[in-house]
Amino acid sequence: MALNEQEVLAGLTEIIVEETGIAAEDVASEKSFTDDLDIDSLSMMTIVAQAEDKFEVTIPDDEVKNLATVGDAVSFITKAQD
Amino acid sequence: MTRTDVVVTGMGATTPLGGDVASTWKAALAGTSGARTLDNDWAEQYGIPVSFAATVAVAPSEVLAVPEIKRMDPSAQYAIIATREAWADAGSPEVAPERIGAVVSSGIGGIWTTLTAWDTLQARGARRVLPMTVPMLMPNSPAAYVELEVGARAGAHALVSACASGAEAIGYGIEMIRSGRADIVVAGGTEAAIHPMPIAAFAASRTLSTRNDDPAGASRPYDTDRDGFVLGEGSGIVVLESAEHAAARGARVYARLAGVGLSSDGYHITSPEPGGRGQIAAMRAALLDAGLDVTDVRHLNAHATSTKVGDLIEARAVREVLGEAADTVAVSATKSLTGHLLGGAGALETIFTILALQQRQAPPTINVSNPDPEFDLDLVRDTPRELPSGQIAAINNSFGFGGHNVALVVTTVS
Repeated sequence: MALNEQEVLAGLTEIIVEETGIAAEDVASEKSFTDDLDIDSLSMMTIVAQAEDKFEVTIPDDEVKNLATVGDAVSFITKAQD
Repeated sequence: MTRTDVVVTGMGATTPLGGDVASTWKAALAGTSGARTLDNDWAEQYGIPVSFAATVAVAPSEVLAVPEIKRMDPSAQYAIIATREAWADAGSPEVAPERIGAVVSSGIGGIWTTLTAWDTLQARGARRVLPMTVPMLMPNSPAAYVELEVGARAGAHALVSACASGAEAIGYGIEMIRSGRADIVVAGGTEAAIHPMPIAAFAASRTLSTRNDDPAGASRPYDTDRDGFVLGEGSGIVVLESAEHAAARGARVYARLAGVGLSSDGYHITSPEPGGRGQIAAMRAALLDAGLDVTDVRHLNAHATSTKVGDLIEARAVREVLGEAADTVAVSATKSLTGHLLGGAGALETIFTILALQQRQAPPTINVSNPDPEFDLDLVRDTPRELPSGQIAAINNSFGFGGHNVALVVTTVS
């Protein structure tokens, strides 16, 4: 059963909070992973691995560099579920 | 030229007896055992002949934030918990980062991380192996996290010498200060190897006690019925500082770390040299380094793991070094209380030695119902023993598989 964008955002936020300790209220669609959330590449790859697991999708390495913001990741995951 | 004096200005620990130094020391003086039956079915599931261990009294999840737990192997988690306590205990000194060092050892390394990642790889393939796996499993990971915690830039090191690792780390920290590389060094050891594989492996080497029906009575150094060590876990960390630096900032000083003695047996991969040659050499070197005579020594924290052969070799080596003076040395074998923290042991026992001198109380050795008749030292049994007043010294012994011998000499401060 595919999740909508809001549900994916909620799930992704959970992963980001657990991995980085960033407060949930600071995670929003327009936030950049690197510039706003200060997430390094190792953490980003961990978040990707956990998102793949949680949402049962594949996020190819080539695609990760295009995911600049939380919203980019939410859109990609939401579409990839189909 | 006068040599730089090194003192201890902070201590931290998380152990099978408590989540900090105060609770650990209190439980030790009360003669409490940290060994308990494991709340899992590893023994049955894998046919392991040992169903108990001395697990940490306070789970890291009660102390650390979730992202910290996820990014650190338990061995690093314990070291960070102990470091935070030690650093705060030292008054969170404001020191130029270039003058701070970190030396933190583990005997086994990030074995939970290694084995969990291997399980993941086998069950779910390479894409599920977490990117943080390598920085979590590397044996220098605890040293590196401690380096980050205190912002150390004078050097971060992880000396590995099995069960002597924690003491060797402190020895190296002392040398860093003496050589002028640092004013303050956060030093100690950590271990988190209570996983079925290492338990099975230690059991296979017949070094673990199998007293499954009585975990609290299993670690019994120098008792006739000792049958091996009890696997423990946790960390001990001390803040070492040049005496001059400590005085300049008005820091409280617990004790002086006056001597370091190192040797290797050159004999066998696991068995200590039967004549105690290497152990004797390490203790003598530490006393010489401290500029002390055997009659200055009034307390000794023995390595004594509760194995048939090892305990006696050490006891004879101590007698050989101290001679008649051994009659007035209160010997404590604190692994009877804590189990064997492997790479954390030498550091935790240094903390016990420091506290024994500072508070003039030698901690008890428990479970010695029938002392081995060949044991010829004055063992502190069951209840703490008061140590004499005045300037006194103590030796802390740590020996490891591989024939590594480390003796540290601690003295009181006036």
